[in-house]
Amino acid sequence: MNGDSDNILEVDKLITSFETDRGLLRAVDQVSFSVPKQKTVGIVGESGCGKSVTAMSIIRLLPQPTGKILGGHVHFKGRDLLRASEAEMRNVRGGEIGVIFQEPMAALNPVHRIGRQVSEVLRLHQKISKKDAWDAATEMLDLVRIPAPEKRMMDYPHHLSGGMRQRIVIAIALACRPDLVIADEPTTALDVTVQAQILDLMGRLQSEMGMSIILITHDLGVIAETCDEVVVMYAGRVVERASAVELFANPLHAYTKGLLRSIPTLETPSKSILNTIPGMVASLAEHTHGCRFCQRMGRVDRRTRERPTLAEISPGHWVENCPVCTSK
Amino acid sequence: MHVEMKPLLSISDLRVHFPVRAGVMLRQTGAVRAVDGVSLNIAPGETLGLVGESGCGKSTLGKAVVRLLKPTSGSIQFENTDISHLNQGALRPMRRDFQMIFQDPAESLDPRMSVRSIIEEPLIIHGLGTRTERTQQVNELLDKVGLPTSAAERYSFEFSGGQRQRIGIARALALKPKLIVCDEPVSALDVSIQSQILNLLVELQQDFGISYFFIAHDLSVVKHISDRVAVMYLGKIVELAPAETIYRDPRHAYTKALLSAIPSTDPKARHKKILLEGDVPSPIDPPAGSAFGHRIKHPLYQETIGMPLALTEISTGHFVAADPCCLTPEDWEKLKPGNTGHSHENS
Repeated sequence: MNGDSDNILEVDKLITSFETDRGLLRAVDQVSFSVPKQKTVGIVGESGCGKSVTAMSIIRLLPQPTGKILGGHVHFKGRDLLRASEAEMRNVRGGEIGVIFQEPMAALNPVHRIGRQVSEVLRLHQKISKKDAWDAATEMLDLVRIPAPEKRMMDYPHHLSGGMRQRIVIAIALACRPDLVIADEPTTALDVTVQAQILDLMGRLQSEMGMSIILITHDLGVIAETCDEVVVMYAGRVVERASAVELFANPLHAYTKGLLRSIPTLETPSKSILNTIPGMVASLAEHTHGCRFCQRMGRVDRRTRERPTLAEISPGHWVENCPVCTSK
Repeated sequence: MHVEMKPLLSISDLRVHFPVRAGVMLRQTGAVRAVDGVSLNIAPGETLGLVGESGCGKSTLGKAVVRLLKPTSGSIQFENTDISHLNQGALRPMRRDFQMIFQDPAESLDPRMSVRSIIEEPLIIHGLGTRTERTQQVNELLDKVGLPTSAAERYSFEFSGGQRQRIGIARALALKPKLIVCDEPVSALDVSIQSQILNLLVELQQDFGISYFFIAHDLSVVKHISDRVAVMYLGKIVELAPAETIYRDPRHAYTKALLSAIPSTDPKARHKKILLEGDVPSPIDPPAGSAFGHRIKHPLYQETIGMPLALTEISTGHFVAADPCCLTPEDWEKLKPGNTGHSHENS
């Protein structure tokens, strides 16, 4: 898995741990996936499954000093980010890899004008004058369809609505024309009509600028709507990986099936009993070595004691091959 | 649908305005019209869903219904009593009948109280049962919401989000209420847990015949659990119909846009969305005419200033605001004031 020119990013057996009172806990346990050029890869899973930690490990933005990357490789445009110097990483973050966070109010600085925050990233990564950066920033606001951009440049974040703020965060993430954008729950805090606006905007910008996107979300609807490829995570591991069309049409892992069946859609009859996944995700400290979904379901026997391997069942469709979870 | 049945709850022209004060003397300079003339009925055993975007006033309406807020005007008829202007003392015995479940179970449960004390507290306040009876009741309630009896001696923070929501439901059930207002009860939960809680709410309704006023922004969830659905926009109900009808045949432009914005769960069926411009306008100083017409800059907006835009019946049980900006020309012809059409608000 190295140097494949079709992929902008390849994550290989990534392991990330946190130091806690209960010892070293693996939040991400040998996660591998790749992001093709100009495509959108969705990472989906329930809270605590390690999807955000995976993304933050890629750009090495983990809480310090507790978070540690213990193994694996992250190949980005031919080099391993896990072995890059901190100075190199500063150029990568915000430059070649842009990040969109969930909470736009937390991602923006409340005491600085929008203009300063958008032009700052340009000044940091490109050798341009203050005036040029300001003009480029104004152009970025226009690109993310903010009305009257010259005027908005002088506003503070609290002047803007949630949807407008998220557009600013997108403008900052895209200002340096990155090759990859990591969007961590970009629409979770927004209303559905605003979510539709933002997803539409991201799709249009992707076709205009040609970047790849990693979209982290818990919402399978958002995945179905926007992603080319999907990575399903459970308890720090990838349990299934496939193209979006294949995954929704032909899910193989019991966890993926459970997730897909438990969302009410407009077609499910009213007040019918929804499919549920019994129990809940165990805390990291309670995890066993074997199949973790079997652990949730209370199925612990000889067959599930060993860690299942990720196997390619059909071209491009990978599943954690637990004999119980993948049986029909 | 519930025409012949006497409603459990009947809200009429309810308004909740919050004063906006400014200046050194804190004079009132305006008002946030959070709920601005809402009329709704809930029948015994029925679930009425309420959807709308953040800031539309849906939570304020929910709180006003259980009188956690005092409405500015209008009436809230619960069974045979108008509770809209009762004082706290007069309300207390009535509160047994209407309870509330909140969005964030972590914030609505006291971390210093054991689960037993949390569930038992309403029983003590209302002076119900002896100590042993109450203990028995708490155990039964825990069982009903699917928690082990051993949970009673633990603290709420020891539980996950879904389990905490179960504790919140057990507390709401303790007094055997007739109505539970559920304010975004599943939006903070993961999908697999969300479906567990929805199933629990449906089962409890079947067992006890409770009515729900179910407030949420997730339209698929609301559709799933509700008998009828009301759509709220900027303090007003713009459409009200049986759940199946509103999803199959939405008439108001805002309802159509909301439905279209739901992401489809089939990557092969990605559909073109109705993309709305901008955001919900501020309820301080709302547009004089059709609020949604103003947002979409509809050419007929000017004409709506001064119109009643009342909720009017377009087909049996299906009400929609008579608003030329938000209806198809054919529907508008039918509902134009002066034409036939039975007004919901003025009945």
